[in-house]
Amino acid sequence: MTAVKFKVTVDPDRCQGHNRCFAIAPEVFDVDDLGNAFVVGDGTVDGALGAKAQNAAANCPEYAITVTEFQG
Amino acid sequence: MTGRQAPVGDWTTDFDHTDPTWVRDPYPIWAELRAQCPVAHSERYGGTWLPTTHELVSEVAYDTEHFTSRAVVVDNLRPTELDLPAPIGLAPPITSDPPFHAMARRMLLPAFAPKKISSLEPMVRKLCGELLDATAGRSVFDAAVEYTQHIPVGVIVGMLGFPLEDADIFRRFITQVLEKVDLPSEERLDMFMQGEIEAYLNDQIEAHRAQPRDDLTSFLLEAEIDGNKLAIEHVRGTMILLMVAGIDTTWSAIGAALWHLGSHPDDRRRLASDASLWPTAIEEFLRAYAPVTMGRLVIEDFDFHGHRMRKDDWVLLPFPSANRDETVFRDADKILIDRQENRHAAFGLGIHRCLGSNLARMELTVALKEWMARYPDFELSDPEAVSWSGGQVRGPRNLPVRVLN
Repeated sequence: MTAVKFKVTVDPDRCQGHNRCFAIAPEVFDVDDLGNAFVVGDGTVDGALGAKAQNAAANCPEYAITVTEFQG
Repeated sequence: MTGRQAPVGDWTTDFDHTDPTWVRDPYPIWAELRAQCPVAHSERYGGTWLPTTHELVSEVAYDTEHFTSRAVVVDNLRPTELDLPAPIGLAPPITSDPPFHAMARRMLLPAFAPKKISSLEPMVRKLCGELLDATAGRSVFDAAVEYTQHIPVGVIVGMLGFPLEDADIFRRFITQVLEKVDLPSEERLDMFMQGEIEAYLNDQIEAHRAQPRDDLTSFLLEAEIDGNKLAIEHVRGTMILLMVAGIDTTWSAIGAALWHLGSHPDDRRRLASDASLWPTAIEEFLRAYAPVTMGRLVIEDFDFHGHRMRKDDWVLLPFPSANRDETVFRDADKILIDRQENRHAAFGLGIHRCLGSNLARMELTVALKEWMARYPDFELSDPEAVSWSGGQVRGPRNLPVRVLN
């Protein structure tokens, strides 16, 4: 059995700390003491969290977030 | 503070961001420019460029090689008359360039990170509640004069650890900096030189040196860059930055959102009955009514998409125009409080992303929620009497409302 999963990454060179992703999907993203974003764990999520991560990506002003679907 | 200049005839060759037509409603001007002349030029203010599409505004915001932030408020002063030498500028880090910018910014970022800012929420809620208490029992009052203008100044003065009763000094200073940009340069220079603000800040700094406290002033006095304490000019400059960037802007954002709710009863009722809409509604107000147009200076003569930019030309960066670009935002001129995809640039793009964005967003959210909890039914009592600020920060300065029921 395989299921649809999502690999989420934040490009630290593009992220400027707008904090949109952490506000939308705190299960997937966190921010450091400077306010810059990073993914929780290794950034692999499934189901509803994948949709939330995609929504966060669609709200990042710096186009810093990538969400890639894969079978896992 | 508008109308000192000759009226604008042609927006593509002679625009002026203090012209009464622009101040009243800049959106049709920007829409026309995006479609017909995406890089406009005007001889005013010694030569000013105006890119209007999302793509071009982004390009300038990201390009620190050709554009300096040494001066960010477009006015009649030649940039060299007042400025500290680059890369620090008058109000670091907004007026700083790389590499100094990153150091000055990194020092401040922890004080404005999301988790730090959320601890200030109760203070803001209390401030809003007290302002609303003072309006109790009246059906008609000016929401800008009695509510929105007091919130950010109260927050910044509180964060710096200055007496709240001194807030008027800051409001006067900010109006001078941001709204009287069309004064002749000699008058504007005199205004700064005879200003009360420097002496006031020096007194506050002395008081904090004598008696350190848990506030931003003491934080700045203790802060170090590369093992050195900040120069006094840097401390004062950053205080000025917090006032200039943190007060007019958020005041404008709160006011514009209230203006929208007061003139769009459907959105007001939806928001009053469905609290789950708040996060998208806040971002949509920020997109559609982004208050801030940033400024840059051209570093050296160069060719920008076929336009010959010259050293020390001004560039206006209208983030609110980028936010209305149809190629990036579907139905860009419609205000959709449930908009799901919203990469708005209200807080800028690139390395100068608004340092206080988390604070501003929190203040906007708390101020609107407290208002709607108290006055879920209200309308503009005299739409013609609404007045908007001119220059690079746009928001209602008079907002007469009527409380219904």
